[in-house]
Amino acid sequence: MTGVQPQSLHFKERAAAELANTQLQSNMRRFGGRFVAARAKVLHELGDFEGMRTAAAAARDRALADLDVWIERFEREATRRGATVLFAETGAEVADLVLELCRRHGVRKVAKSKSMLSEEASLNQRLASAGVQPVETDLGEYILQLAHEPPSHIIAPAIHKSTEQIADLFVKAHGRARTLDIPQLTREAREVLRGHFLTADMGISGGNFLIAETGSLALVTNEGNGRMVTTLPRVHVCITGIEKVLPTLEDLSLLMRLLPRSATGQSISNYFTMVTGTRQPGDRDGPDHMYFILVDNGRTNLVGGDMQEMLRCIRCGACMNHCPVYQTIGGHAYGWVYPGPMGSVLTPTFIGLENALDLPHASTLCGECGVVCPVKIPLPELLRKLREQQVDRGLRPKSEMLGIRVWSWLALRPRLYALATRIAARYLRFQGGGRRMIRHLPFGAAWTRGRDMPAPAGKTFRELFAKKNGAG
Amino acid sequence: MRVGLFVTCLVDLMRPSIGFAALRLLEAAGCEVVVPPAQTCCGQPGYNSGDRASARALACKVLDEFERFEYVVAPSGSCSGMIRTHYPDLFRDEPVALERVRALCAKTYELTDFLVNVAGLQEAPGTFDGRVTYHDSCSGLREMGVRAQPRALLAKVAGLELLEMKDSTTCCGFGGTFAVKFGDVSAAMVEKKCENIAASGADAVVLGDLGCMLNIEGRLRRRGDDRTRVLHVAEVLAGERHD
Ligand code: SF4
Repeated sequence: MTGVQPQSLHFKERAAAELANTQLQSNMRRFGGRFVAARAKVLHELGDFEGMRTAAAAARDRALADLDVWIERFEREATRRGATVLFAETGAEVADLVLELCRRHGVRKVAKSKSMLSEEASLNQRLASAGVQPVETDLGEYILQLAHEPPSHIIAPAIHKSTEQIADLFVKAHGRARTLDIPQLTREAREVLRGHFLTADMGISGGNFLIAETGSLALVTNEGNGRMVTTLPRVHVCITGIEKVLPTLEDLSLLMRLLPRSATGQSISNYFTMVTGTRQPGDRDGPDHMYFILVDNGRTNLVGGDMQEMLRCIRCGACMNHCPVYQTIGGHAYGWVYPGPMGSVLTPTFIGLENALDLPHASTLCGECGVVCPVKIPLPELLRKLREQQVDRGLRPKSEMLGIRVWSWLALRPRLYALATRIAARYLRFQGGGRRMIRHLPFGAAWTRGRDMPAPAGKTFRELFAKKNGAG
Repeated sequence: MRVGLFVTCLVDLMRPSIGFAALRLLEAAGCEVVVPPAQTCCGQPGYNSGDRASARALACKVLDEFERFEYVVAPSGSCSGMIRTHYPDLFRDEPVALERVRALCAKTYELTDFLVNVAGLQEAPGTFDGRVTYHDSCSGLREMGVRAQPRALLAKVAGLELLEMKDSTTCCGFGGTFAVKFGDVSAAMVEKKCENIAASGADAVVLGDLGCMLNIEGRLRRRGDDRTRVLHVAEVLAGERHD
């Protein structure tokens, strides 16, 4: 496994740092709920949302059940239309392939639209060290490239940045007067990027979907940079996961009804682009060379296993938009490419359970992610299964396992349990003092650091009930 | 109607008034209520920690103790949700037990859901002088479909005015062991909940799960709010005081 150096082992420390980061906290609060509210407003347009989710999940399962067949079909159709389909098993291989293509076509500059896969592959670092200049053209990604930071959200990568922070970055990079006017900032980025589009030798895009029956790439963007990247440079390389292949255009239209609505609360994204094949005689634009790099990077391991449903994911981001944990700490705390609930499932599956010990637990299991996911991925269930796998592999701390086992052992012995709870109820009642609030819990310092623990009444229900009934 | 009352381990230990309130409400609705005396815990702590064996052992105990009743009711969306939505998973490879578990699931209810949709409680014995806001606890809301039921019942309480807070359905940050594993993240989450409660202008926040109550009350007091009361919906409906 290569790619962005995973920091997921340090979730707790990273989350603590983000909680203490007042700038981030104010940025997250500003963002909080914007996509949620927008999504809530447009869902009714779908009529039977639940029915559509069920259909979408079934469509995804159908595609995944015969994925190899659809990939072959895609390869055939895309090749027929002048494109070349390549396969990469790891992130490192993605970068190897891209560098090889750069050499073959004499590429000095690459214009990129958003691609999370290129994050998995640490592509920008690899390109730069080979002397090829990568330029991010998605506004959010462009900002992060200036800030030397990874994305913190899969569709709104710079959501953790404030306008002020962006203005400062632009002053440094563009040397123009500082402005906080968002349209003005956008115009500035646009003017700088325009030159890059025209001088780039290669365009790299992600791919929201690939269509097997036509060999097409479907791109969903809000800034139109996807169109520039796929049409202006001589060479276009699309990098995406193998699971993104859909059998038919019909599947695409179903998923497209759900994707923008679930993601940003738009009925349709500002741009929706289908790219099919290289430039043909008579075409006014389009690349001379077109490549698809289909990436595995751990995905086939999910097929047929406990986590298979995760492959349905269409990367809409709804689960993180609705996740109260994500909303509180932001995306960087998760420590690898994918944050939020989907990231907490994907990261341990991709980089190894032992390298992301906290992530399956970084959820209250409130269930909201599972409710909003447009392809019905049971995210809380998957997180729980990962917890089970951790226990089976002996990856949880001994103290934690001991605590759970002592509790269960006791709860299976009602007489002993009654005694223990009577003692606990009295002890904690005493700890609570006159205010009936415990300020320092002996075995729960993490609880009482940020809040009190209300003291119990002092007697258990079972003893009070027995007394009452005995007396009555 | 013969109802087995599953008190829940947290209510047993921390706040018995909720158990007595549930008892009174079920009786007011005309049920014959039995409290199996050896009951303890539904097994959720083990289940959510990835320890299936512990969870399964406790699930067997609950099954043995409660399957004889016509209905099983708990004053908690979390524990009733554990039984109804998660027990089948624990027995997925045991066809015989699974059948018994399915039967148990079908008759297991969260208290307010049961009072409204099965028992048809007409009047609430309690009275309350003031304004309350209702927090929708996660499992009750998303696993048991509890949303309108408690509000419909609260509307029957004389003197009570219900105000909706912002984001009432957002998790309070409790999450069982989450609150101790990630205490600081959890505290930041419950802080937002407390802000919304305070902004609602209510005198009390009412909810249906004791775990969330402890979390919310603990944070309210820590941030210096000694005024806003934190009450279980059963306590309010039954007029049962915790002290
Ligand atoms: S898991 Fe579901 S909600 Fe989350 S990004 Fe994927 S499709 Fe969207």
